[in-house]
Parts: sequence; structure tokens; C-alpha cells
Amino acid sequence: MNDFLLFVVLPYLALGTFFLVTIQRYRQRTFSYSSLSSQFLENKQHFWGSVPFHYGLLFVLGLHLAGLFIPNAILSWNAEPARLFITEITGLAMAVVALVGVVNVIVRRFNFSKARRVTTTSDWVIYLLLVVQIGSGIYVAIYQGWGSSWFATNAVPWLWSLFSLQPDVSYIASMPLSVKVHVVNAFLLIGFFPFTRLVHVLVVPNHYLWRRTQVVLWNRDRRRIRQAK
Amino acid sequence: MVFHLDKCIGCHTCSIACKNIWTDREGTDYMWWNNVETKPGGGYPTRWEDQVNYKGGWEVRGGKLRLKSTGPARVIPNIFHNPTMPSMDDYYEPWTYKYEDLFNAPEGDDQPTAIPISMVTGEYIDVEAGPNWDDDFGGSPVYAENDVNLEGLPEEVRQQMFEIQRLAFFYMPRICNHCMNPACVASCPSGALYKRGEDGIVLLNQKGCRAWRSCVSACPYKKTYFNWSTGKSEKCILCYPRVETGQAPACFHSCVGRIRYLGNLLYDADRIEETAKQDDLDLVDAQRDMILDPHDPEVIAQAKANGIADSVIKTAQESPVYKFVKEWGLGLPLHTEFRTLPMLFYVPPLSPVLSTTQGGTVRNDSDDLFADIEKARVPIQFMGKLFAAGNDGLVRYALRKQYAVRMLRRHLTVGDIDLETAQRALQEAECTQEEADAIYKLTSLATFDDRFVIPPAQREMAIEMLNDPLEHKKSTGFGFREAPQRS
Repeated sequence: MNDFLLFVVLPYLALGTFFLVTIQRYRQRTFSYSSLSSQFLENKQHFWGSVPFHYGLLFVLGLHLAGLFIPNAILSWNAEPARLFITEITGLAMAVVALVGVVNVIVRRFNFSKARRVTTTSDWVIYLLLVVQIGSGIYVAIYQGWGSSWFATNAVPWLWSLFSLQPDVSYIASMPLSVKVHVVNAFLLIGFFPFTRLVHVLVVPNHYLWRRTQVVLWNRDRRRIRQAK
Repeated sequence: MVFHLDKCIGCHTCSIACKNIWTDREGTDYMWWNNVETKPGGGYPTRWEDQVNYKGGWEVRGGKLRLKSTGPARVIPNIFHNPTMPSMDDYYEPWTYKYEDLFNAPEGDDQPTAIPISMVTGEYIDVEAGPNWDDDFGGSPVYAENDVNLEGLPEEVRQQMFEIQRLAFFYMPRICNHCMNPACVASCPSGALYKRGEDGIVLLNQKGCRAWRSCVSACPYKKTYFNWSTGKSEKCILCYPRVETGQAPACFHSCVGRIRYLGNLLYDADRIEETAKQDDLDLVDAQRDMILDPHDPEVIAQAKANGIADSVIKTAQESPVYKFVKEWGLGLPLHTEFRTLPMLFYVPPLSPVLSTTQGGTVRNDSDDLFADIEKARVPIQFMGKLFAAGNDGLVRYALRKQYAVRMLRRHLTVGDIDLETAQRALQEAECTQEEADAIYKLTSLATFDDRFVIPPAQREMAIEMLNDPLEHKKSTGFGFREAPQRS
């Protein structure tokens, strides 16, 4: 029963909230979509928090997504022990980088009164969830080794069973506690995501790479003004 | 836009007008979309002109015009921490006073005082910097010596500026330049900044801004500001709600010295890149070349073909900016070497007349007509660095012409300069008597309507084009329909 609540109800609730609220928020409160950077208020410690956190997390998240979408490719890459080691060690290292980053972020937000001034309750909740998430991930990586392989064989089928609306908790029920904490916390993060500044992830400015240099907007249709006479 | 610095009295009325209307909110408390600097001086934010440090604006790299530090290749990898972002310490930490202590303090032997507290944290603050902290400190070794434009000046020129008996300075009001080639617009990863086609006003879409902070670094004039409370950048909007209804922006309207002129210019936008790539010394002339003669039948025909309304062509013909910048060659852009092609032009100020007293009578130092300009307390080289990217000749030209106009007026009103001398001065300054009259009138006698020639916004057209006008019936206001809250 607990498994059903944690690994079926919670994920659906979290994903449902994620999609409904982010879309509603984007449509009705567009203004609130911002990274809410505090670099302007404290410019030095900011580097040692923000940069390792983001790059570390992006790398680890990328590995998770690769496992989710191309599990077989990951498995065949891991078939060679040396390559398995490489995946595991780099993943772990980047997770540690992310953890160092988020701890620095928290210390900075706490220590610098100007940065603390713009830190909201939802920010503190995110920091807590992130520390639990990255911390439990590192614990799993160390004590439940070769996660890059068993994630692809055991956890990914469960995720796909969720996505295909035929939830099968048997994959996840036998997992050790540390993995379950990691999973439950992940869905808490996803469910909480749309109410926080994390939404800035959804508006990363990819188009800067290919848009025209200058942006000029005309309110009037000039041709029609001329032709109207 | 033209700011006639010879008339600026440094009263800061413009700054206050702007502050009271636009930036009296939390998060904008430290912003001065309009500020008045003392030159020589460090400015606001401190040493903003130092692009070795701030890396704003454009540069020519490999034959191409590129953003100095905020192009995609630099911004995207540095998006988590912008290395060229100024912090609040480069501006100042806004503060207020704990006034309630004056009333609530318990009875005692001492007078109660109101201590300064930070407007960010509410904590006690030791005030170390503020707006116009170096106001009037023209010769100060602490503040004025920080001026970036002093670098590279010959030692004797530097000494000349700091000799206490000859101490001089002038005021330089600054707002957003609404550049032809804005670095802030080009640098915004979200594309939230844009230049309006109709009137060239550069605006920042508050809903599109995601706080990537690139614009703050990119603007070499540091005229985009980060609102620390809403997490969005903000900038001077040239009071567009006023301009659209035919009123001058608040800072222009309130200017006590009447130094500000507003009018539109017709220019060829296809030539922007080629112009911005010129060598430093050619930049001002190249930008002036881009500005088209609104009386030229060919230009008028082309403007019409491009959909410019007759009323806009008419205001371009009457534009005081066109006269100052193009016809008379008096208006010069600030730090054009940043290559944003600023659309705010400054008429460089004359320094006080040099004279000595001998036996109780005052006499001029030299018989040379323009000796005052060459030996001015604020040296031409200094102003050349500010207004002409080092091309001193352009500053000299503008100063000589202004000086010649003064001599003519002196002849006409006081009479102690004879006509012949005045005419010789005009001739040497390449100025006809009619031109001198026109300069005098627009400088000294100009009415409101002469100074502000605002093209009609034709909003009625815009509304018709975009929406059903009936949809707007009974609706009011503009801007937010939701409170600008953080999250």
C-alpha cells in the first residue's frame, strides 16, 4: 500500500502538478518566470556556489536522462568494465561538485545579509530538497554501486511503466531504502518545481545562439499606413 | 536627443523628476536612470567608462563587429555567474534613516538621532558611497583623479586640471542613449530587450526578462540596471507614455537650464554595422554621415516608400537635434568608441574666460581670438576623449563656433567687441552670421516647442492595426495587470 502511494500516486501527482502549474503560471504570471539571480547583491562567493552546482547537476541529470531514453546504449557502453568505471567515477565526481556547489549556495545565502534578504521560504525548501537529492544520490552511488547499469535495467522500466499508464511497482519495491529516498525526493522536487524559481530551467535562452543580433519591433504596419491614403 | 552642456547648472532636477516617477520602488532604489556627473570624476557606477574592467560595448574583432564580452559564445557558458557583472558595491547601497527613533527614543540626556539603515537589509549601514558622492569635487585627488578619461593625457595637461587656482569642472547629465546599435539589445539571451522601430526607444520587456544579467554587462554606459527585488533588469524608457502623447520626457520637461532638446532623425539603418566598424577617429563623422537630410527630396521619397508618415518626416525637418548635430556640427556623442552609436549628443561646454587683473583692471590673457579655448581649464584633449573618441578637432570646432557666436552676441548687446572682430571669429569658426543667429536663438531663446519636436505616435493606427478598438473601450492604464512579484 505504501509502495502504491509513494511510487504510483506520488509520481502521477507530481507530474500532473508539474505540467498543469508550469503551463498555467507561464500563461497567467509570465512575469514570475525568472532565475532571480542574486549575483548583483553579492558577487564573489556567488561563483563558488552557482557554477559548480549548475555544471555538476547538469552533468548528472544528463546521465539520468541518457539512462531513461537510451538505456541499451548505456548498458552496452558499460559492458566493458573500464568504461563502467569511467561512467561511475565521473558521475560520482560531478555529483560531489554539485553538492559542494549547493552547500556553498546555502552558506552564502545564510551569511550575506543582502543575499539573505532576497531568499524566500520556497528557496530554503528547494535547498533542503536539493541537498537530500544530491546527498542520497551520492550515498547510492557509493554504497549501491554500478547504478548506471541497474538504473537502466531496473528503474527505467518502472519509469516507463508510469509513462505508459501501466504502473508496475514491482521493479522499485525491492530497491534498498536509500534508492527509495532518492526516488521519492525526486518526485517531491518535481511536484514542488512549478511553485519555485526552478521554473527558470524551462526558459533557458537557447535561441540566443541563432537569433538575429538586434531586435527591432514595429507597432505599426508601415506599408498599410502609406497605402491607406 | 541633445544635451547642451554649456547650459547645465548641475541642479539634479532631472534626476529627481525621473526618480519620483519611475524608480522610487523597492529594488530600484539604487537606480538613477538619469544622473548628473561631475567631470572630471569617477561617475556612477564608479569608473563606468573603464571598459578594460567592465568589458561593455562592441569591438572590431577579425574584421567583424562583435560584443566585447556578451556575445553568445561568452554568455551561455558564463550564464551561471557573469564575470563582467558589476555588483551593488560598484553603485552604492541605498539607505534611509530610522526616523521613528526620533519619536520613540526613551527620555534621556542625549538628543535622539536617526541612524542610517540599508534599504536592502534594514540593518545599520556605514554610508561610504551614494548618488553624486563626488558632486563638485572637480579637482579632488580622491575622486576626480579616478576619471578614466585622464589616462593617457600628457602630464602637463593633467597638472593643468588639478592646479587649485585654475580648478574647473563641468556637469554631464546621463540617461540611456537609446543607441542605434544597442549592445544591451544584442546581448539579451532572452531577446527581452528591443528597439522600437517608430521612435527608436530601447525598451526591456519585463515579462521576457529572466535575469540572465547580460545587458548590465553589455551596456558600456551602465544604463541598464538590475532590480534586485523583482529579479528583472530595468532601464530608462524615455518616458514613452509621455512621448506617445506628445509630451517631453520628465527629465527633459523639468530641466531648469533648458539644456535638453528632443527631436527625431532619419537615418539609414543598413549602414549601422559599416559605421560602427570605422576607426576611432572617424566614428563621429561616420555616424553623422548616416543621418539623412530630411529636406532632400530623394530622402523624403525613400522615407515615404518605407512607410514613414508625412507627419514624422515633418518633425524630422524641424528637429533641433538635426540642427545641432548635422547642420552646425555642435552635438557630439559620448564615448563613441564603445561603438553603440549613441543617439544622445552633447554640446561640449566652454570653460570660463581666462583673464588676469593688472593694476585693478581686468584684461584678457592673449590677443589670439580663440586662446581661451586652447588654454581652457578643461583641456580639449580631455573632452576629445569623452565626446569624440580622441578626435580633438571635432571638439575644437564645436567650441570655436560657440565662442564665435558669443563674440557676435557680445558685439550686439554689450558692444565692447567690434563687428570686425566678431566677424573674423565667425569666419575662423566656419560659421555664417545667419547660422550664428540660429544657434543663438535655439540655445538661448528656444521655447518649449522649439526644444521638443516630438513626432506623433499614431497610436490610434497601432491599435487599429493590432486589435479591435472597441476591445479597448473602458479599459485603462498600461503595463502590469499582475503584481510584479518574485514568485
